[in-house]
Amino acid sequence: MFKRDKYQITFNILGFSYILVMCVFCLVPFWLLISGSFTSERYVITNGYSFFPGEFTLDAYKLAFGTSVSVMKAYGVSIGITLAGTFLGLMLMSMTAYVLSKKEFKYRGQFAFYFYFTMLFSGGMVPYYILISTYFKWTNNYLALIVPGLMSPWLLFLLRNFMNSIPESIGESAKIDGATEFVIFTRLILPLSKPGLATIGLFLGLGYWNDWFNASLFIRDSSMFPLQYFLQNIIQSTEFARKSMMSGIPFSVDTPTESLKMATAVIATGPIIFLYPFVQRYFIKGLTVGAVKG
Amino acid sequence: MSLNKKMSPPKGSPGNSLAREFRKNRSLFVLIGPGVLFTFIFSYIPLLGLYFAFTRFNFRDGLWNSPFVGMKNFDFLFKSSILLTITENTILYNIAFIIFGNLTAILAAVFLSEIASRSFKKITQSVMFLPYFVSFVLISAFVYNLFNYEYGTLNNILKGLGKEPVDLYSEVGIWKYILVSFHVWKQLGYCSVIYMAAILGIDEGIYEAAEIDGAHVFQKVWYVVLPQIVSTFFVILMFNIGSILKGQFDLFWQVIGNNSLLYKATDIIDTYVYRTLTTTFDMGMATAAGLYQSVFGLILVSVVNYILRKKSPENALF
Repeated sequence: MFKRDKYQITFNILGFSYILVMCVFCLVPFWLLISGSFTSERYVITNGYSFFPGEFTLDAYKLAFGTSVSVMKAYGVSIGITLAGTFLGLMLMSMTAYVLSKKEFKYRGQFAFYFYFTMLFSGGMVPYYILISTYFKWTNNYLALIVPGLMSPWLLFLLRNFMNSIPESIGESAKIDGATEFVIFTRLILPLSKPGLATIGLFLGLGYWNDWFNASLFIRDSSMFPLQYFLQNIIQSTEFARKSMMSGIPFSVDTPTESLKMATAVIATGPIIFLYPFVQRYFIKGLTVGAVKG
Repeated sequence: MSLNKKMSPPKGSPGNSLAREFRKNRSLFVLIGPGVLFTFIFSYIPLLGLYFAFTRFNFRDGLWNSPFVGMKNFDFLFKSSILLTITENTILYNIAFIIFGNLTAILAAVFLSEIASRSFKKITQSVMFLPYFVSFVLISAFVYNLFNYEYGTLNNILKGLGKEPVDLYSEVGIWKYILVSFHVWKQLGYCSVIYMAAILGIDEGIYEAAEIDGAHVFQKVWYVVLPQIVSTFFVILMFNIGSILKGQFDLFWQVIGNNSLLYKATDIIDTYVYRTLTTTFDMGMATAAGLYQSVFGLILVSVVNYILRKKSPENALF
């Protein structure tokens, strides 16, 4: 008995230390950003970034929110494409997933493969780029940020698995009562798949909120940048920071550009950190369902 | 293949039955129609663009009229050893990602599921899951904050210790570790959640039997828990291998960016394609590299799937 306790104690010590180290590892980068965003420009220039703000100031935030509309504009763009993309994507994918989940639909195997195949083989970046820019001419058009991401085969199959778990008999009995497929879909299946739709919607929304890639390919006009791409430009170019933030203000040593980079990063991530506690469990649910082979 | 089935039903009974099915379930076809059309436009039509891989692109002749050169683009990629470097990097990085990603996640899942305190479990799990939710762009902010030569936290600490600051951008080798670390950082929580779900699903009876046999906690983990989560590992492995197809472009681009000093150690197929597309506009070459990646990914997934079907059929994807 004594020996067993000794093993348990060793195990617990190892476990607690490992978990704590990993948590610190996960949090340190965030801490550094926040600390950097509150440090005065003068201090960063002479001492660099550090774990605690050497000279505490709100200048970077004042500049980001106060003197310029750029951050707010980028916020608006991101919110817009996230809402539009999530709504349209959920509509498109729920219709498709519903049919794929119908057991009476004879060709659902073939159709499922039609969607699945796109995960296995794709034309790659260049044909995609050409299609959007040359044929649809969506350069500097928000459609380029919304439309291509509306469907993802992975989320589609996740949603289908959710819908598979709804008993087929519900639809059948409604059909006997004379309901059409559209009525069954909109009045019965959609309300019953709410938890599934919430999970898929969150994944989809997160994808839109965090996307920078489509903007980097298709958006040239800096006033149309979504938040993440705006942030990327701020970090990579001091020049961009000055131009987009400080038009009209004389530049001085004290004008925050270094801390502004960190403050913009904090601002761009804020909503996610804020929403995180409320949505986390939906993600966990989705992941654990998704891990089961579809 | 399945495309043909949909678009032009072959003659004979299957086609007739598709027509019959259409008459019978017209509303289902209407519901699935938009999804089928969308996928056709955004996933199947771009396949036509693979033709560019066999042309030498120039602006004067445009996309479809540039001279057809057969396999010359591939020849060039092979001979200039670009393909060798980016393939090697892609494979080695993904192996490292798979090993370290799963190792850290399994450890976290095992410890978390054996540790009794619920609130500790909940809080730490949330903390580890957090990086999964943030944009990859944030990683470039971290890299800037940590490793920037003039203002970076790392050099700040080194100076504090009385050491010389280092210019990491001249230390090619170190970026491998940075990339793998950020990969682990990003998906530790995600991966460990999946493993924890698998551990939760283990039959209580097996635990009890092991306890009656006098197994201590390490033995329980080794003989009960680990064998039970092997199948989860295979599911994640297939997923990881599938994502080689898409690469880890976000991670590499946000950490390394357009930094030519580091290409030798950090260039993967995706970064090469993106750079070629956005800086030299050599559509032919970029498409060729992209096609190579697609074929390469498809073969890899098929091979692993074939092995899985032989060894443990229940984990095979198709």
